[in-house]
Parts: sequence; C-alpha cells; structure tokens
Amino acid sequence: MPANAILTIAWKDILSEFRSRETISSMLIFCLIVVVIFNFMFEPGSSLVKEMVPGILWVAITFAGILGLNRSFIYEVDQGCLLGLLLCPVDHYMLYLGKMIGNFFFMVIMEIIIIPLMIILFNLDILNILLPLLLIVLLGSLGFAAVGTLLSAISVNTRAREILLPVLLFPIAIPILLAAVKATGALINEGTFASAQSWIRILTGFDIIFLVISSLLFEYVVED
Amino acid sequence: MIKIQGLSKSFGSFYALRDLSLEIHPGEYWMIVGPNGAGKTTLLKIIATLSQPTTGKIVIDEIKSEANRIHIRKQIGFIGHQSFLYENLTAEENLKFYARMYRLENIENRIANTLAQVGLTERKSDLVRTFSRGMQQRLSIGRALLADPTIILLDEPFSGLDQSAIENFVDLFTSLISPDRMIIMTTHDLHLGLQLATHFAVITRGKLVQQGLTNLYTLDGFKSLYRKLTGEGH
Repeated sequence: MPANAILTIAWKDILSEFRSRETISSMLIFCLIVVVIFNFMFEPGSSLVKEMVPGILWVAITFAGILGLNRSFIYEVDQGCLLGLLLCPVDHYMLYLGKMIGNFFFMVIMEIIIIPLMIILFNLDILNILLPLLLIVLLGSLGFAAVGTLLSAISVNTRAREILLPVLLFPIAIPILLAAVKATGALINEGTFASAQSWIRILTGFDIIFLVISSLLFEYVVED
Repeated sequence: MIKIQGLSKSFGSFYALRDLSLEIHPGEYWMIVGPNGAGKTTLLKIIATLSQPTTGKIVIDEIKSEANRIHIRKQIGFIGHQSFLYENLTAEENLKFYARMYRLENIENRIANTLAQVGLTERKSDLVRTFSRGMQQRLSIGRALLADPTIILLDEPFSGLDQSAIENFVDLFTSLISPDRMIIMTTHDLHLGLQLATHFAVITRGKLVQQGLTNLYTLDGFKSLYRKLTGEGH
C-alpha cells in the first residue's frame, strides 16, 4: 500500500524528533522570540494590533518553518540515509510525501503552541473565528511545507544550504504566503468566515498545485 | 544474471564510465577495483537503479532495469561505508522502518532472525547513536539482508573499520555467498578482495581494463597486474 510507505517515513521522522527534540525546540524558540518582540511594540487589544497580527503570525510561522525544513534532509544525508531511502522499492514521490507530512506535522505542533500564546499576549478576541483561523493556518502551512520539502531536498547537497533554502523558498512560496496573510487579515479584521472565503479558495488551489508539482519533480531532484 | 551492456555515464563532458560490459552469474562474488574516481561507485549506483546510464543498459534476470526499477530494487541489498541508519532510532526500530518500506511479511520474526545473524539481539532496544562504528556496520548489513536480496552491492564496506571488525566482517561476508546470490564489492583492499571474491574487474578512468577469476592470482601477482593496468602503486 503506497499510504503505508508514506506514513512509515512520517512515523520515522516524528519518532526521531520525539527523541532528539532538536527541530521542534529551535522552531518554538524562534517563534516565541518573534511574538514576544512584537508584543513589546504594540498595545495589546488595540486596532493596530488586529491589523498587524496576520503579518506577525506568518512571519513567525514561515521563519520558524524554515528552521525545520532546513534540518529535514540534513538528518537524511548525515549517515547516507537518503541513499537508503532511495533504494527502497517504492516510488520516489512517496518519499517526498512522507517527508512533507513530517515537516507539516512539526509546523502544526509549533502552531498549536504559538496561536494560543498570541491570543493571550495580544489580547485578541478571536475565539468565535478560531476554527476558520486554524483552517487558514493549516492550509498555509501545508503549502509552505509542500514547496519547502522539495527545495530542502535541492539545497541539502549544497555548501550554503542554510542560506540557499530561504533564498529559493520565499520567492516561490509568495503566492501561498500572500493568500495566507490576506485570508488571516480578512478573517481577523472582518470577523466573518465569508470575508476570507475567496482567499481560502486561492490558498487551497495553490496548495494542490504545489503538492502535485513538487511530488512530480522530487524524482528528478534526488536522482544523480 | 546481471548483464551490463555498453554502459556509459557522463556528467557533462566528464565520462565516469565508458562502454562497460560485464556478465555476473548467480553464485559469483565480484570485486571491482580501481583508483579513486575510476567509476566504481557510479557503476554500483547504476546497478542499484539510483542513477540512469547515459548509454547502454543493464538487464537483470531478463528484465531491463530501467523498465522496472521498483522490482529490481526489491532484489538489491546495498551496503556502503555509511550505515543508512537513523541514530535516534533503536536497532529494532531501524530494521522495522526498512522492513515496512520493503513491504515485508512476518516482520517481527525477520527482525529477530536478522538481529541474531549480526549478533545484535542484546542491543536491539538501544539507540543506534550509542553503537560503535563496527556495531553500526553490522546492523547496516542486517538492514541490507532483511529482504533476503539476490544481489548484494558492497561499496567500500571495510572503510573506517578497525582490524578486528574487518576480520568479523570477512566471516560475515563469506556467509553471504550462496548459489542463487550475486555479490559485487568495490574495494581498495586487494588482499581482502582476493580473499573473498571469486571474480575481479579492474576499472580505470571509467573503462573496464581487465576481468577474470581471482583464484588464478596470488596477492603479489594481482598487485603487479593492478599496478600495470592502473599505473598506481599499491
């Protein structure tokens, strides 16, 4: 079953991370620093905060996400494990999907912690729109992880991999980030799901496009 | 049987392999020797379907390897100088991971047998990062044997091992020889290569310059042949 191979890779990444906690902890610390610094700048609960929160949230998610994506394939290259994975009798797009699910999972864990913290620190009254907000965050993170996983596989074999990944990732991920920030802003400022609906549709469309393209390209990225 | 026909691989204008042809039959243990950069690892990677040849083809058991990579990969066990193991997983978890990826049946029994074969049953619940280099290599061999492959590719398997570990591995690699299995090993160690292999191939600058039976040569005789073919002291 193809799904078994995908979940096996994701399971392996999550179990490894559970043991080392290196990726999640660095992502969380970065996120906390961003949120706390912005918290010093704005009056909690003010109208300005409502306008700034979407940007702050996505700055924290994307930059912390990059830290996780950077490490994703470094672990595979360390002991030649990427070669071991490529030798497995499964289509290579399954390896991509397994790694992508692992990266997405780490971003979600970070978001589960950071969103309640932002609600408290910025005194946001958004409990009535929490579910649509979570939907936007999940869709944005999925698209970001989809592109990021592919680019992480490209950059891992270069000398300046930590620098190369953000340089490659941000321009390509702009459609996802733009849709995610706009959808979050519309939702928080208007307070209704309908106001963010069109951006959510665009975000979903980009997620599908990036997932399909990245799955297809992965084979060429990892081959000699 | 592995039939390699007119195989070439180029990276831009650089040819890693040039018009290489070779036939490997079940029960044979080949050592591939040659200087650094001769194309030995490239050859193993192409056999393992990890790299596409520029020209030529490889046919394994009448199946062209490019046409059915997944089927070919199921038959291959690859052991390199890196372990392919995850340091934050235990020995058992590593084997379980690869067993699932190979969609093996009866996983628990296979893992128990494999751990016993490589002498790591006692350490099965320990994280791989706590293992010595020799233990990691033993587990790496277990990983490669888990799916009972008919083709075993060994890429510099003795690299970085101390003398006592090498002696243990010679016994282990000897036990891998069976009438329905083909073993191809790249090595710089001519002494160990001659001890283990039934056949040899010398590659230099991507070209196969000599092949034959190892039992026709003494170590000194083979060293002298190697020097003559490669222009390299050994």
